[in-house]
Order: sequence, then structure tokens, then C-alpha cells
Amino acid sequence: MDEMKEKVLEKLNEHFKHSILSTSEFRGELTVVIKKEDIVRVCEFLKVDEELHFDLLEDLTGVDMFTPSDRFQVVYHLYSLKNKYRLRLKVHVDERDLRAPTVSGVWSTANWHEREAYDMFGIIFEGHPDLRRLYMPEEFEYYPLRKDFPLMGIPGSLLLPKK
Amino acid sequence: MGLENLMGEGFLTTRLESLINWCRKNSLWPMPMGISCCAIELMAVGDPRHDIARFGSEVMRFSPRQSDVMIVAGTVTYKMAKVVRKIYDQMPDPKWVISMGACASSGGMYRSYPVVQGIDLFMPVDVYVAGCPPRPENLLKALMEVQKKVQQGRMAGRREPLMIE
Repeated sequence: MDEMKEKVLEKLNEHFKHSILSTSEFRGELTVVIKKEDIVRVCEFLKVDEELHFDLLEDLTGVDMFTPSDRFQVVYHLYSLKNKYRLRLKVHVDERDLRAPTVSGVWSTANWHEREAYDMFGIIFEGHPDLRRLYMPEEFEYYPLRKDFPLMGIPGSLLLPKK
Repeated sequence: MGLENLMGEGFLTTRLESLINWCRKNSLWPMPMGISCCAIELMAVGDPRHDIARFGSEVMRFSPRQSDVMIVAGTVTYKMAKVVRKIYDQMPDPKWVISMGACASSGGMYRSYPVVQGIDLFMPVDVYVAGCPPRPENLLKALMEVQKKVQQGRMAGRREPLMIE
């Protein structure tokens, strides 16, 4: 697996030297933080490249770090079926600018995953074909997985039928 | 009243209300509102071992227009509450509701924002069944309680809820 890791880092450094913010490794899992505006190009490259061939987007989700800057993250878990290798990409999203580019054009499974992240964290995926809420009702105004959302919800925000 | 003698054998007199109630209570057709895992126990109630047919309730109607008692079996979210209520409203009167299990009765272990903390917040309930999920016997007991209610019930008037523990 180490040679695969070397190969990924080498190729990314070769093509996207200025897009990479940081890289880290934890228990053999490689994580690369990418600049927000370059994530689609990086994903396209990783998928299309003959050797790397990250053809499966296993998961895409949001994280609320609850920090003053770069509060949110979007995390992409990629898997290469050919090489049996996992790669994690991250993008920082600031609270003042909740937009992030969509990767649903690269892996179509990202469509619902991005809708979920939008529903739960309020991250707006630009260019998404159908950015509606996935779990919560359309008229709901809050984002439940944010750290400042109370466990029992906002009273009166979800209406019940009249008894 | 002596009417039996007048009409000969094979007749008996009763109040029309109790006759109708007796008919009703032995053919309570359930609307299986199986929303989550309680629905598995609800299915077990229909199997030969527990045999809900003994109570005349084996006909699970998947159309609310043909059912008498709604068995709400599972976790009701706010999004689903509208659906449950709509189906309840489509059932013809007289109708009864069994709230099966902890989730339907009180939200259960789902004490969080999307789950309605008890279906009695948006619809009337006749019998609550405890358990997570309740045993099939427990649900049969609830059905018997509904039958009791039907037999005692006036044709009009309010019904009080009942807890089965």
C-alpha cells in the first residue's frame, strides 16, 4: 500500500502542486486537504487517471468543527477498486461563504450525498442539479447536524397535524 | 319481557346498540401502520402461533377505507406524522387506534429533533402498548381491550385512552 500512497502523492504534487493545502496520514490512511475551488479538477483527475483509477466515491459528508474560521469541512472518501486503495480528500468551507463546488458531475452518487450534507449542515453545492433537502421537510429552516442546533430541535419549527 | 315466548324458539331480544357492538368487536379489521421494527412483531401476531384470527382481526386491510382499528407500529417522525394522520382521517367512523410500542407511545429511545414524542400529540389513541418491541401477546391483549371498549362503547361520545403494561 505504501507504493500506492507514494504514487498518489507524486501524481497530485505533479499536477496540482498549488491546490494541496496539507497532507497527513493516520493508521495507513492518507488524507489530502484540497483548496475548495480546485476540488472538482482534482476529483476528475483521480477518477480518470489510468494508474490511480479512483472509480468509487464511497462517502461524501460534512463536518462541523465549530471553529471561528473554516468551520465546516466536506470529506470525500474515494476508493480504487482496481488498486484496492482508499483516499480521503477534505475541503474547508467557511461559515461566511458556505458554497462548495459539486462533484456530482464526476461521481453521480455524490448527488444524494451532497443533498444530505446540504440538509444537515447547510453547505451549498454550486452546480448541483437538484439541491433539495433529503431528510428534513422542505420548509424546515435549520440545519440539524450543526453543533449549535439543540438536540430536541427548535420548538415550533416542525408542525404536526391538528388533533 | 316475555317476547321470546311470543315469537317461539330461535329468537332473543337485546338492545340494538349491544348487538351492533358485538358484531363490530368481533370483526375489527386492522390498518397495519407498520413504520419500523414493531411491524415485525405485528406480523408475528398474524402467524399460527399467536393467530389474531381468533379475534376476527386477521384481515389486515391495506386500504384505510376498509379498516376499523389502526395499529401504529413504529417510530413516527414529523415527516411521517402527516401521512399517519392522513390515513387515519381516511378511515371511516367508528375507528380505534392502538399505539404499539415505546416509540409510537412516547418517542421511545429516539429523544431527538425529528421524532414525534408520542402519536397522541396529533391523533387520538385508545390503547397504548408498552414494550420495545411488545410481545405479540401484548398486542393481542391490547386488541382485547379495544374489543372491550367497543362492547361497552356508546355509539356517540368521547373515549378515554388506556395503558397496557
